[in-house]
Amino acid sequence: MALEFSPETLRRFAETVARYPKKEAAILPVLYLAQQEFGHLGPETIEYVARLMEQSPAQVQGVVSFYTMFNTKPIGRHHIQVCRTLSCALGGAEQISAFIKRKLGIDIGQTTADGRFTLSEVECLASCGTAPMMQINDDYYENLDEAKTEKILDALK
Amino acid sequence: MEKILLRNIDVPEFHRLATYESAGGYRSWRRVVETMKPAELIEEVKASGLRGRGGAGFPTGMKWSFVPKDSPKPKYLVCNADESEPGTFKDRLLLERDPHAVLEGTLIAAYAIQSHTAFIYIRGELAFAATRLENAVAETYQAGLIGKNIFGSGYDLDVIVHRGAGAYICGEETALLSSLEGSRGWPKLKPPFPATHGLFGCPTVVNNVETLAALPWILQRGASAYAALGTEKSKGTKLFSVSGHIAKPGVYELEMGYPFKKFLEEDCGGVPNGKKLKGVIPGGASMPVLRPEEIEKVNLDYESVQAAGSLLGSGGVIVMDETTCMVQAAWNLARFFAHESCGQCSPCREGCHWMEKIFHRIEHGEGETADLDLILNISSNIMGNTICPFGDAAAMPAAAFIKKFRDEFEAHIAEKRCTVRRELE
Repeated sequence: MALEFSPETLRRFAETVARYPKKEAAILPVLYLAQQEFGHLGPETIEYVARLMEQSPAQVQGVVSFYTMFNTKPIGRHHIQVCRTLSCALGGAEQISAFIKRKLGIDIGQTTADGRFTLSEVECLASCGTAPMMQINDDYYENLDEAKTEKILDALK
Repeated sequence: MEKILLRNIDVPEFHRLATYESAGGYRSWRRVVETMKPAELIEEVKASGLRGRGGAGFPTGMKWSFVPKDSPKPKYLVCNADESEPGTFKDRLLLERDPHAVLEGTLIAAYAIQSHTAFIYIRGELAFAATRLENAVAETYQAGLIGKNIFGSGYDLDVIVHRGAGAYICGEETALLSSLEGSRGWPKLKPPFPATHGLFGCPTVVNNVETLAALPWILQRGASAYAALGTEKSKGTKLFSVSGHIAKPGVYELEMGYPFKKFLEEDCGGVPNGKKLKGVIPGGASMPVLRPEEIEKVNLDYESVQAAGSLLGSGGVIVMDETTCMVQAAWNLARFFAHESCGQCSPCREGCHWMEKIFHRIEHGEGETADLDLILNISSNIMGNTICPFGDAAAMPAAAFIKKFRDEFEAHIAEKRCTVRRELE
């Protein structure tokens, strides 16, 4: 069966598009809806969004690939994103990354075998005064050290 | 000093409309809609001397005045909440803790240019702040502060919170507009400027969060009260985000012109653990690093920091102590810019990656003496040769690190290892 939004998401799609002066302006919120519904933005999802938005799949793919928050491949339930930019680096971000790699047994860009965690390193998340820090899904975790990081990860099932 | 932007930042529940209104919130908005003509409002903000706090420091009232009054096209006001400049975290604080002040400022600016649709473009990663803003917008709709026929004036205004999706370049105003139009976040050539050809080709003003958050106070207390603060050319107060090797990191509000050294040593508690200051970036990662002796007589205002050879930018202050390897710091930022270059202009797309690779090989003991001049050469070939200021933002810090800490770079190359770490060991 072809991939399709649930009736509830279709309703939210229509509502979202109606808020904008032009349909194409709604592409980011619509891609967020798709990512929420399907977990990631694979080729089939991109074709579906393109049809909904009356654009070519190439146009949609061009937008998706420009931004870091769209996942084109499946990721773990908890997406750990450790900030690596200067202020966090000065505060010991590298050690935090190294600790998580050791603890989870994965490298940057990998997902644990049980699908629980994906680990990424990202650029500045506007949380420099509380370095080092990481974002997991929507939440910020700040002023990290190894013990605190371990506790945070252990609490995520 | 009386605080303007952070005056309510520690008040509990201040993100709620009721709390914000009990502290005088939306009184400026009401007064503007009920009693002021757009032209009067623009003059008032011009008189306050308020300048754009996103980094460029362009006079806000003047920016508004470039919007053609007789254009038959719709006009748009966009609040730039895409805070991404490394070392900068002031807008996030305002968005999370005082979202109504940002929103009230957005409404006032929209009225000034007679826009009926305002967008708040918020960085995608800032999910918590976005939720606070969305709730704030919903509360103001419910209270009739926005929507149709506001205060019976006949003026309509809708506000849309739009979440970005992770791209530093979208903080640049024309890239932000491309992104908001549904395209890749590619900057556009200026002129034409957004004031005449912005969002969907319509007159548009893009203002930073901190700029907008100052407006309710300015309208409440008067332009002259704001202009009485600061220096001759840099009026009012400004937020500084302080991070790195500093005893008390955080967001500080200072009157423009405050002595830099005093700020770091007294207000921020200085460099901790008895270490010495080695370098400081005054205005976010795009701005040239300064050596300790260069900040001796610098004051925190646009002109003084510029005279010292850097720029005030976003006010993102990154402090580095004597244990910092400047080669590693330079590489870290070069990697940031290589990652974030949008890929549109060749000098930036290629040059940022070249600089990153060369810094990387110096840091890893594989550099050659000619590498330093090679980076300076690449940097000067990017400067001024790109559509948007990102090229300069990547080129300036790279060159500054080499020029100001050349001996350290040369030692790295000669000894094929990190000389700072050797001394620490």
